[in-house]
Amino acid sequence: MILQELSDLRGVSGCERDVRAYISDQVRELADERRTDALGNLICLRRARRPVDGTPLKVMVAAHMDEIGFLVTGINRDGTVRFGKVGGIDDRILLSKQVLIGDQKIPGVIGYRPIHLISAKDRQAAPDVSRAAIDIGSSSKTSTEARVSLGDQITFRTSFQTMEPGGLRCVSGKALDDRAGCAVLIDVLREDYAVDLYAVFTAQEEVGMRGARVAADAIRPDLAFVLEGTVCDDLPKEEDLSHVTEVGKGPAITFMDRSVVADRRLVDLLVRTAQANGIPYQFKKGVFGGTDAGAIQLSREGVPAVALAVPCRNIHAPVSILSLNDLDNATRLMVATLHGLKGSL
Amino acid sequence: MKTLIKQLVETFGPSGQEGAVSLLLANTLQGHVDEVRTDVMGNLIMLKKGSGHGRRVMLAAHMDEIGLVVSHIDQQGFARFQAIGGVMSTSLVGGRVRFANGAVGVIGWQYWLQRRELPKIEEMYMDLGATSAADVPVQVGDVACFDRPFEDLGKRLVAKAMDDRIACAVLAETLIELGDTPNDVYAVFTTQEELGTRGAMTAAFGIEPDVAVALDITGTGDTPKASPMAVVLGGGPAIKIKDLGMLAHPGVKDWMIRTAEQHGIPYQREVLDIGSTDARAIQTTRAGIPAGCLSVPGRYIHSPSEVVDYDDVLNSVRLLKAMLSAPIAL
Repeated sequence: MILQELSDLRGVSGCERDVRAYISDQVRELADERRTDALGNLICLRRARRPVDGTPLKVMVAAHMDEIGFLVTGINRDGTVRFGKVGGIDDRILLSKQVLIGDQKIPGVIGYRPIHLISAKDRQAAPDVSRAAIDIGSSSKTSTEARVSLGDQITFRTSFQTMEPGGLRCVSGKALDDRAGCAVLIDVLREDYAVDLYAVFTAQEEVGMRGARVAADAIRPDLAFVLEGTVCDDLPKEEDLSHVTEVGKGPAITFMDRSVVADRRLVDLLVRTAQANGIPYQFKKGVFGGTDAGAIQLSREGVPAVALAVPCRNIHAPVSILSLNDLDNATRLMVATLHGLKGSL
Repeated sequence: MKTLIKQLVETFGPSGQEGAVSLLLANTLQGHVDEVRTDVMGNLIMLKKGSGHGRRVMLAAHMDEIGLVVSHIDQQGFARFQAIGGVMSTSLVGGRVRFANGAVGVIGWQYWLQRRELPKIEEMYMDLGATSAADVPVQVGDVACFDRPFEDLGKRLVAKAMDDRIACAVLAETLIELGDTPNDVYAVFTTQEELGTRGAMTAAFGIEPDVAVALDITGTGDTPKASPMAVVLGGGPAIKIKDLGMLAHPGVKDWMIRTAEQHGIPYQREVLDIGSTDARAIQTTRAGIPAGCLSVPGRYIHSPSEVVDYDDVLNSVRLLKAMLSAPIAL
């Protein structure tokens, strides 16, 4: 399964090489042009294959290749590895987690003082991870330096799992944000449309939508869709409050997040298309997070943009969960929407 | 001009939903400009052509106001919400908001009369008069703004959304009164300023002006126990030196000061400790654009009752008109 392979690949922001190589290979027969730009975006063009009056619309569909993780920032005298966070990660989930360092995938564990040594009072507080280090089983700085270099990427060591074959068809893995979007976008490229489709697998979204900004400037699209994995808070709550999104209820359409007020025409287009095709959908209920849509919308003189996202439980954690039903419905909705585009909006 | 101000401040227009304000301005200024267009971000871009020997000047006043967006509707029919822009929780409880469809919500705090600390927005809800989720007149994603009428207190004017409709009024009135000018004047009524000066970015990119001035509202230091600030209400338009997001281009700042002094228009120098304006976004567009900001002093900014001085408003129009009427030396 493409999602499984994508999830297991490693690509912290700025280190998207392996993910890019895999995707580039997958879309070899699907794209008329493929190129990698200076920031590491993989830009694929699938030209209009169905008749259209005049010049076909240029539609950019983006999904980001990078994942949250860490970079090596130092090596201690005792051989442990210091690290810095890349992207938004909650300190409280870090301790005792397994990681892989660098191209050689050196296994390590983020060090943790055992419960025996922590007072009852300190257990109530969030841990201070500023001096935490990764233990790679090395006994000296020299020994570590032979295997680990400053700037090496560090990813969570998580293997993709199929959780339940029936029902919601939930799977778990790391980096579902946004390898889910990448998987959808690869499938979107298999169809024939009446628009010039620019499928852009972007770099460095997790550190501030950096890849999408330059890609949009170069492509100058008429409109843009962003495929994402998004916040989901659907485990039981005591109070009647927003779940943001819910697993199994369909792809989530963003009307607003911290980066964008989605173009109303595109929100309405997605809703109409979902309703007309009987595809389940939900709104992302709340103004949380940001996506490449924010950067693309403000490119040059402005680009109508919207995000469509697969709900991911435990997002930005070592292991997230999504429903393959939601993934498939995101693909169906994106494909149907692109099929509906011909002339202008 | 008070009629125009009243119309502008009472119009619905939270960030991302500036359509009604844009329509009002387009109608008001019909016949006073040579070109009108709206860009992808919803910016209303007007051009009054110059005689051909001047500069391309961009003036930006933002149409959007802060507001609230519905994030959840519970089974009892209460709506939870989040802020659009810099909404202060202290100005909400017991207040009213209005939606584009006319629905009115009362803001409740779940700890009203139970707790003494400051309320948080996530502890609040809107009561829209519904008795269950089924008869709530709005949906998740719908947007509201403060619901307050304009009041003319004589010298002082009070309303919601003075930030930044008062500057929209200044810019509109300037366009109406402006005679021949050597400069190509691009009057831009921008969108989504309160979410990070977003509209101004794409507008400035499209226009590529030689020089730009944002028109906005700024704080004052003249109320009881105010944090120190040299600007007072009624002291004249404020010429920005700096705020948190930008240093005004010295040439633009001096152009404003020189013009005010030549025409005997009162002005104040402004150094603002918080916030920024569209000038920030314009200044760093493309290869960089000399930009400054002319501010109308205001009290209680981002509350439902923002107060400005009418003489400051009239003097802002005088200053802007004088700035545009002559060739610009930077």
